[in-house]
Amino acid sequence: MVGAACAYYAARRGLRVTVLDRGSVAGGTTGAGEGNLLVSDKEPGPELQLALLSTQLWRDLAEVLPSRIEYEAKGGLVVASDRTGLAALQEYAARQSAAGVTADVVPGERLRDLEPQLAPGLAGGVHYPQDAQVQPALAAAHLLRAAGDRVSLRLGEEVTRILAGTRGEVRGVRTPSGDLHARHVVNAAGTWGGELARLAGVTLPVLPRRGFVLVTEPLPRLVRHKVYAADYVADVASDSAALQTSAVVEGTPAGPVLIGASRERVGFDRTPSVAALRRLAAQAVRLFPALAAVRAVRTYAGFRPYLPDHLPAIGPDPRRPGLLHACGHEGAGIGLAPATGRIIAELLTGGQLPLDITPFRPDRFGGGVAG
Amino acid sequence: MARDRSPAERVGAVPDPAFEITFDGRPLVALPGQSLAAALWAAGILAWRTTRVGGRPRGAFCGIGHCFDCLATVNGAPNRRACLVPARPGDAVTTQEGHGHAAPGDR
Amino acid sequence: MPHPVTDDPEYDLAVIGAGPAGLAGAVAAAELGLSVALLDASSQPGGQFYRHPAPALGATRPEALHHDWATFTALRRRLADSTATLLAGHHVWTVVRAEARDLWDVHAVTGADGDRDRPVRVRARAVLLATGAYERHLPFPGWTVPGVVGAGGAQAMLKSGLVLPGLRASPAGARPGAGARVVVAGSGPLLLAVAATLAAAGARVPAVVEASGYLGYARHPRTLAANPHKVAEAARHGAALLRHGVRLRTRSAVTRVHGSDRVEAVTVSRLDRDWRPVRGSGRRIACDALAVGFGLVPQLDLATGLGCATRRARDGSHLLDLDAQQETSVPGIWAAGETGGIGGVELALTEGELAGRAIAARLGGRAAAGGSGRGRALRRRRARMRAFAAVMAAVHAPGAGWSRWLDDTTDVCRCEEVGAGRIREAATAFGARDARTVKLLTRAGMGWCQGRMCGTAVACLAAEGREQGPPPAPERRPLAVPVRLDALAALTGTAASDPGEPEEHAAGEDSTGG
Repeated sequence: MVGAACAYYAARRGLRVTVLDRGSVAGGTTGAGEGNLLVSDKEPGPELQLALLSTQLWRDLAEVLPSRIEYEAKGGLVVASDRTGLAALQEYAARQSAAGVTADVVPGERLRDLEPQLAPGLAGGVHYPQDAQVQPALAAAHLLRAAGDRVSLRLGEEVTRILAGTRGEVRGVRTPSGDLHARHVVNAAGTWGGELARLAGVTLPVLPRRGFVLVTEPLPRLVRHKVYAADYVADVASDSAALQTSAVVEGTPAGPVLIGASRERVGFDRTPSVAALRRLAAQAVRLFPALAAVRAVRTYAGFRPYLPDHLPAIGPDPRRPGLLHACGHEGAGIGLAPATGRIIAELLTGGQLPLDITPFRPDRFGGGVAG
Repeated sequence: MARDRSPAERVGAVPDPAFEITFDGRPLVALPGQSLAAALWAAGILAWRTTRVGGRPRGAFCGIGHCFDCLATVNGAPNRRACLVPARPGDAVTTQEGHGHAAPGDR
Repeated sequence: MPHPVTDDPEYDLAVIGAGPAGLAGAVAAAELGLSVALLDASSQPGGQFYRHPAPALGATRPEALHHDWATFTALRRRLADSTATLLAGHHVWTVVRAEARDLWDVHAVTGADGDRDRPVRVRARAVLLATGAYERHLPFPGWTVPGVVGAGGAQAMLKSGLVLPGLRASPAGARPGAGARVVVAGSGPLLLAVAATLAAAGARVPAVVEASGYLGYARHPRTLAANPHKVAEAARHGAALLRHGVRLRTRSAVTRVHGSDRVEAVTVSRLDRDWRPVRGSGRRIACDALAVGFGLVPQLDLATGLGCATRRARDGSHLLDLDAQQETSVPGIWAAGETGGIGGVELALTEGELAGRAIAARLGGRAAAGGSGRGRALRRRRARMRAFAAVMAAVHAPGAGWSRWLDDTTDVCRCEEVGAGRIREAATAFGARDARTVKLLTRAGMGWCQGRMCGTAVACLAAEGREQGPPPAPERRPLAVPVRLDALAALTGTAASDPGEPEEHAAGEDSTGG
């Protein structure tokens, strides 16, 4: 998704772009995502600024792209079960509001006006109308298509080498089918961004974080918003390797309800974790008792790419001129893709940056040019 | 001569007493030990579901619980695989429309 | 019984699937002293091959619809006489490693398809996957019309429910079953068996339509000579069909079904060597039902969830990669029967017994009776039958031209009603190069059946018009069967052994879901 957005905005700036992927469009984490376009889960700070810009850009893209991408400005609803939790949530929402987020406190007795099937007895919640959803694979595919003739796709081609000139500057990439020359190379390899960086001789400590999504049988519209419990917010910034799960429950236009958000740091292991599935199911049923008798038909694992400070790497790599990074967005890659793509396009064309990208500097973790 | 022998005759079936089930309110005879799909087939009924998108009729296809085409609403509960669920006296099978769930609440 | 069923029983061996391979494996292992749990989704053992009516149907001659019924009853008796525990009605949805010790957790739900599901966990030191196969389907215009059924499905419904497909509502007192005309079509040796069984049970079979030619077998005379039972089986079916006046049309396929609410007729077209329909060769055959299938594909969901290595068969399907002992690439996980390649009942029985003996040897059971002589004989039989299975897979492998009989509006995915046109568009215009991406872009394979019916077709269409890329990985289905959310949520006893416990919530935050 991030690569597609970079290609789209770069092409609109008049650049010719070749998108390489060793698999299919949306073959990596994009295809395993739920399509969360969230501001609600982000602390005030640089990531939230990126998310707010993306929210606007997604709204613009939804005008341009066909409705098949299933963009829905459905809003998020974060709930708390007791007064202590609600107080913490309200305090958090107030800080977000100060940073430009629309966050409306919803008293417990009004929650079911927004979500009629929500469990009774919850203390209250916060409604985030800016949260939205998109079907990520369709969005990526249609975004690439909308980019037009300036973008050419080379799928099933793995980059085996970054070509460099005499002064160490990037000259292109090598794949099994030959060399491709380019003045700039953008690393949008997501979870595998660290490997691509290594090919360029620089270190970028991208790590995989496993997440599961449970998918139910097709249902009528039972869940209207993105609904989750407040502890999801804490998980995002968590630095713990222990399993932390709180269910994000949402309906989809196609019918199934998606239940997601477990996070584990276990390397590239797709083995189902029974504990994670149990937790997802239990929390979803607790939020929406009507889901109890509903069957899960599928579950899948994806690997969220994260960097040690949980911020993405966006921008030029001073250690390797011509190389830019656009990866490490953790669970927010779909949401943050348009803003990332915009920034990369501005950087490539010498345009004005929409926000300060210093916090996203790719070389902020140290480590120089290898070899 | 084997032709025109029914399957039950072929295996020398002496079943326990038959009972009644209903399909969309119409009474049918089922044999104990038969799946709902078998009882429906025996009554000449091939379809007991309409699809979510096209509203097309469907019934049993794979016969062993893999394809989920034979989903039926049984005694009010949707999405039961008729090829797996045994028929029981008094079962009410109704043609399942689409996902089979009632629209929730006010919507 | 050394291991009575409790909430959390522990066995030496859990066998998943009580078909020929699983039964043979469970019996062999139990007779060599292992404690064995044999799990199966059905209410009675037998699997698909030995599927038979429930006791209440009172079949006095179940063998009339079966070949070699005595083999099954003998196994069933040995099972009953052994210490093995049969866990019928258990739908296994995943197998995972129990971290703490060298054990496996087999997770199942019981209950009549979503009704009062109860989660059950069975622990064992070793697992034998005998999950068999399901039918491969290729779509064609009209294949979703009621009355089109799987060839194996028609046989299963007949064997267990004593019904024929395509019956019409008859006036009271009329002979049930009389008059159903069933065309049998597709490819593979199962078609002859299905047609013979249907005809024996009173169906009229206007034609058996086989897409391949049987001449393919003639190219492997030595393999045929080494497997006389297979030749005899084919001859037996052929003779039965002759007796019933059934016409066999080879190098032909049903390319269209006529009728909207039920089958009225089919069009049968001749095929060229690549299975492309020959223009103008279509002939209409009136019928009440069509039983269709294009061979079998191994059921590997539990195995791929465990990370077991697979390889490709000659017909493109994925098989488990097994060693000489029937063990998968994951130590402690074994497999027998169709999961290692479609080979039929005798091969499944042979491999099941080999696996049971090997597991007993590994886990310190008694030495096998008959000693190494029996083992050698079993291994020889396996090699011979595996060779035949490879020939069979090659002869009946779908030809690349089959997709020519689709039109753009033909639903390829039955669950989500996704037409061939949309799948081709995803591949040509939107960068989908494999079934997984087609699924993401079109929802083909995302419905209730999770691509089991359309998977082969979608993979073919996604690869159309491109030279062969790297072979796709087998489909992953971490939930091998649907599981109610309250059953998933109620899983007990799993937490202690699962990685990632205990859960740590960040301080200061409310935990609605914790």
